[in-house]
Amino acid sequence: MRLIFEKSVKGRKGIKLPDSDVPRAADLDSKYLRKEPALLPEVSELDLVRHFTRLSRMNYSVDTNYYPLGSCTMKYNPKFTEDVARLPGFTELHPLMPQIGSASSLVQGALEVLYGLEQILAEITGMKEVTTEPLAGAHGELTGVMLIAAYHKSKGNKKKYVIVPDSSHGTNPASAAIAGYELISIPTADDGCMDMEVYKSKLTDEVAAVMLTCPNTLGIFNTKIQEVADLAHQVDALMYYDGANLNGMIGKCRPGDIGFDVAHLNLHKTFSTPHGGGGPGAGPVGVNNKLAEFLPVPKVVKKKDGTFALDENKPRSIGRIAPFYGNYGVILKAYAYTLLLGKDGLIKVGEGAVLNANYCLARLKGVYSLPYDRICMHEFVLSASKQLKHGVHALDIAKFLMDKGIHPPTVYFPLIVKEAMMVEPTETESKETLDLFIKIMLEAAGLAESDPEALKSAPAEMPVSRLDEAKAARELNCSYTC
Amino acid sequence: MNIPDDLLYTKEHEWVLIEGNKGKVGISDFAQSQLGDVTYVEVPEVGREVKQSEGLATIDSVKAASDIYAPMSGKVTEVNGSLESAPEAVNKSPYAEGWIAVIEIKDESEKNNLMDSKKYAEYVKTLGDHE
Repeated sequence: MRLIFEKSVKGRKGIKLPDSDVPRAADLDSKYLRKEPALLPEVSELDLVRHFTRLSRMNYSVDTNYYPLGSCTMKYNPKFTEDVARLPGFTELHPLMPQIGSASSLVQGALEVLYGLEQILAEITGMKEVTTEPLAGAHGELTGVMLIAAYHKSKGNKKKYVIVPDSSHGTNPASAAIAGYELISIPTADDGCMDMEVYKSKLTDEVAAVMLTCPNTLGIFNTKIQEVADLAHQVDALMYYDGANLNGMIGKCRPGDIGFDVAHLNLHKTFSTPHGGGGPGAGPVGVNNKLAEFLPVPKVVKKKDGTFALDENKPRSIGRIAPFYGNYGVILKAYAYTLLLGKDGLIKVGEGAVLNANYCLARLKGVYSLPYDRICMHEFVLSASKQLKHGVHALDIAKFLMDKGIHPPTVYFPLIVKEAMMVEPTETESKETLDLFIKIMLEAAGLAESDPEALKSAPAEMPVSRLDEAKAARELNCSYTC
Repeated sequence: MNIPDDLLYTKEHEWVLIEGNKGKVGISDFAQSQLGDVTYVEVPEVGREVKQSEGLATIDSVKAASDIYAPMSGKVTEVNGSLESAPEAVNKSPYAEGWIAVIEIKDESEKNNLMDSKKYAEYVKTLGDHE
């Protein structure tokens, strides 16, 4: 595959600029001028269109193929939410309008969307209040831990540590550390959940919070969650719910009802807004009574006359965490999605996600090792340890799947499973698609025994062959040079 | 699996070579094989005081970023600066060129918390698909 620079032909042009009709400004001081002309590809418009159209057709997405990337909830995002987010009544608003006295009457609908989604998410999580401002899941986490810190500060608590299990998403310890806490990591017991004995031994009154993903990254629901929460509350440690895996229990179980004090949600996962090129995401945070007064400003409020306004007057708030009101388009899509599905639809989301995961698990277990052998929730983690005996790694199987038109599962995460392959089918896939995936996974396991080279040399059908990941990381170079 | 006799090992797969009051630290052959190609090693600052089992360094590989824990308490007196430009030494030579730091040992009795090569070899064998 040639780069656009390699298609360049000296003197070829794709644009014709009109003569300037404004007076020429004085030349810039030479110190601001570059010494050599910029390296730009010289191509015709047609060359350019073909190049990028070709690239776009190589693009892999949920809209083109199956994408069981564990922990990421790569479900199909229905297109109607895009239509809603493009309504001019929303896109043509100026973000300062709610703050300009009389203009706020012109943005009542937009404010109602924020308020409405907050109400829905509070209902789903069993929390008292929600902020939709955080701009991504990790931003929601940091906001949540900052709320916890504000709570302890207000009570004069001397807290130093945050507890996370060793199966946690890497963002959990990162958020806690950025908020100023030291980390205590708890190992995973044989049942796939946090080791209760170690947990009890580490839980002192210096612990500020316990951060848990539920179901956890092994796809397992911790049945001792109530006990974990009760013990934490005895030392006034708060329970943090990482909502990355809410898709596995939505509509069946509410974090607020099982002892969590604060929860973040990833709208781009459970609430079906796009995961796209690093963003935009949205990570709303819900809290119970203990933390509500610390939520960020501004807060959308519904006044007695039924109109909506922004409330900046929250003296104990942690302040602003984002410009304006969060990633509005994403919030709007999630609102549309929840309203369309309704309560019954959202319950079916969780049921479908769990059913699909358990179907794949039942068909693949045995051929692949399953280190934590339990009924799973929305995802499960296999190990390629049996295949490793033939020299085949999880990475080789991942590359083979790409040749077959399937996005690989998440590999090498969670870190506690050797040669991990984390599969999250999601509820939006048909049985036919799941069967195709299972067939290809079984084929890979067969090849591991009969022809391991076939896996180790994959991919053969992709635009580029096996990449040297170590070289890419050691000698990162993002700019093209001739 | 290469497990030299003259070293002591942790459950987290660090090794320490004790010479006088100094302990040279690195990660085991097993650890490097599990991590895969190492792409970056963040070594500690010279002079830093560490406690046994506390984070000492960080290793990034193509698979993950992993904490390396201090096998014994003490002050960091020396670090392997060459890992900055050649992190692959951890893979190629985990017990020699791939060393990470030297610690001035504070309490030699802490070595009772470590495994000798025989015990470590047995320990590695018990590790199943859970890491």
